[in-house]
Amino acid sequence: MSTTLNVVTGQDYKYGFVTDIEADSVAPGLNEDVIRFISAKKGEPDWLLEFRLKAYRHWLTLAEPDWAKVSYPRPDFQKIVYYSAPKAKVAKYASMDEVDPELLRTFEKLGVPINEQASLAGVAVDVVFDSVSVTTTYKEKLATVGIIFCSFSEAVREHPELIKKYLGSVVPAADNFYAALNSAVFTDGSFVFIPKGVTCPMDLSTYFRINNKESGQFERTLIVAEEGASVSYLEGCTAPQFDTNQLHAAVVELVALDHASIKYSTVQNWYAGDKNGVGGIFNFVTKRGLCKGKASRISWTQVETGSAITWKYPSCILLGDDSIGEFYSVALTNHKQQADTGTKMVHIGRNTKSTIISKGISAGESSNSYRGLVKVQPKAEGARNFSQCDSMLIGQACSASTFPYIEVQNRSAKVEHEATTSKIGEEQLFYFQQRGIPAEEAISMIINGFCKDVFRELPMEFAVEATKLLSLKLEGSVG
Amino acid sequence: MTTGVPMLSIKNLTASIHGTPVLKGIDLEIKAGEIHAIMGPNGSGKSTLGKVLAGHPSYEVTGGEVLFEGQNLFELEADARARAGLFMGFQHPIEVPGVSNASFLRLAYNKKAEAEGRDELDPLEFDDFIHEKIKLVSMREEFLDRSLNEGFSGGEKKRNEILQMAVLEPKLAILDELDSGLDIDALRVLGDAVNKLQRADRALLIITHFPRILETIQPQFVHVLSGGRILKSSGKELAVELEERGYDWVLEEAAAGGAR
Repeated sequence: MSTTLNVVTGQDYKYGFVTDIEADSVAPGLNEDVIRFISAKKGEPDWLLEFRLKAYRHWLTLAEPDWAKVSYPRPDFQKIVYYSAPKAKVAKYASMDEVDPELLRTFEKLGVPINEQASLAGVAVDVVFDSVSVTTTYKEKLATVGIIFCSFSEAVREHPELIKKYLGSVVPAADNFYAALNSAVFTDGSFVFIPKGVTCPMDLSTYFRINNKESGQFERTLIVAEEGASVSYLEGCTAPQFDTNQLHAAVVELVALDHASIKYSTVQNWYAGDKNGVGGIFNFVTKRGLCKGKASRISWTQVETGSAITWKYPSCILLGDDSIGEFYSVALTNHKQQADTGTKMVHIGRNTKSTIISKGISAGESSNSYRGLVKVQPKAEGARNFSQCDSMLIGQACSASTFPYIEVQNRSAKVEHEATTSKIGEEQLFYFQQRGIPAEEAISMIINGFCKDVFRELPMEFAVEATKLLSLKLEGSVG
Repeated sequence: MTTGVPMLSIKNLTASIHGTPVLKGIDLEIKAGEIHAIMGPNGSGKSTLGKVLAGHPSYEVTGGEVLFEGQNLFELEADARARAGLFMGFQHPIEVPGVSNASFLRLAYNKKAEAEGRDELDPLEFDDFIHEKIKLVSMREEFLDRSLNEGFSGGEKKRNEILQMAVLEPKLAILDELDSGLDIDALRVLGDAVNKLQRADRALLIITHFPRILETIQPQFVHVLSGGRILKSSGKELAVELEERGYDWVLEEAAAGGAR
């Protein structure tokens, strides 16, 4: 292996610092009392506690899934802290002035705009630190057009009817091992409601930060777009550098009614562990969108660069006739990272369409798998799918796999699948260098070219961020 | 044009790949304004010489010295050598999907401009610039928007190599088997282009197995390389002789005279 590639991909994780802040945590371990504690802490109604307990009892009957192409020590669920909140002087922050300055500094350091005056206009942010939402910006402004954007806990208090109606309607509590666990112990997250006919005037965004060493993060995001509504939502995340693994098991549910459209973009940069695979986040996430209404549209765009293990399949249930599901993904793994990620497109309604563009980049000794299901049900007359899954390998020791599953039960359906594998090797880099282009810029140019089809789906500022992040992540890996 | 200091000075250069010696003591001087040809049978080390000079990471320099305009070439990374004015036209240019030919050419141009303290070109300025350059190699405009070398025929790739040479205007261009994959007309077009780019302050090193290309790009010096050594150096008449008699007689002559 030449040194060039290695130098370019060995960069350190720059968000690995820990905030020294007093936390209000429950003792490690999971039982019904812990769940009652969380529910009581949040002042939840009885039905929600019941929802949690039911999920927990079901979870006890489930086994951890083992079909993904990842291997890791199984988490000890009795050693995880299920509730950890920065200790507040007041129960709820009435204004930014009451937020612990240490916390503000943390997000400043992360470059997250939580101060409305200081932030760039155009993005409203909900900030989740360990188990709780710290602050949400632009709330009042959004409320004037009827948009609800707040922490999940607040939504439970202020809009219980909406939560009761939609919670678990896309990802049932019993859906899978991690979704059931999340349903039992979720602590906070974001809630978005866009009423009929409203186009959200700004991008909405949630920023997740895990700080506590022992805590798991179990957030819940629910986005509902009523008839004709549309919204673009962004999600970002980082975590400190610990030599132990932290569990992140989130559930995201999207509901789009008639002619509604939801665009959900993620740039995932959880701590990935060190070069030897010590530490890092286990990212076991269930994300699903329901195109419930006619001609509704849900679009997932993800740039996955972090986590030690990624197990994530943002999916679309295309129930409404003429509805559209899209999945655009860049998944980058380096060192000993393992990712098994992809999507599910379930065509139920007539003339439903789905597009899958997946770009996997593996470097170091990492393993990167695409796993995707395209399912056309009997009544999905005229369903169409196009899938393109490309893998790029950097160096000799990494691996890439593609597992496409196609189930078609309607003769009129058209399903296309294309896949390619390419390699950035010494010869490619040497060619760029021989033309005066340094290796770092060469890799960045090659990777950007490879990911072009996905990056153009990202909101502008996210696309710039993603481009930088990928170059940074690959520093030191080409060889 | 400086008469004293050669542009490129190679002294007793040895190099190996994966521990196997390939170059076993090369001496060569190239002055500005000169055109040299390195010829030799397959596997003689001709291409290796080009790659070692350009800084290919697979080769290890085990001895000797190379000065490029008085500077130790081996102190520079491959990209710095290129910006200093050393260009290599590849025998097998690599394909890079997703990276447009035009943006690649512009980045290469701007890296060199930056290193020389000249103004970089924005995409519009570069567009004007490159449209003049493609005429030189008779390349169709559509090739600028395509991915770098992707799906290009062998001849189109070579055209693209010479286009890059025209964009970068190197002091020393090493052209490795320019004629392979080219039909006779394309060879003439590219040969003429290379001749137009050659000036009194520039030099060319043509690496070739077949003497054919030397009818268009006429060298003043021809060297026969075999077994990692230069066995014979002479004027351009040597190329004609090689065309007629092949390489064996040079090898036999060298064996009879003993290795240098």
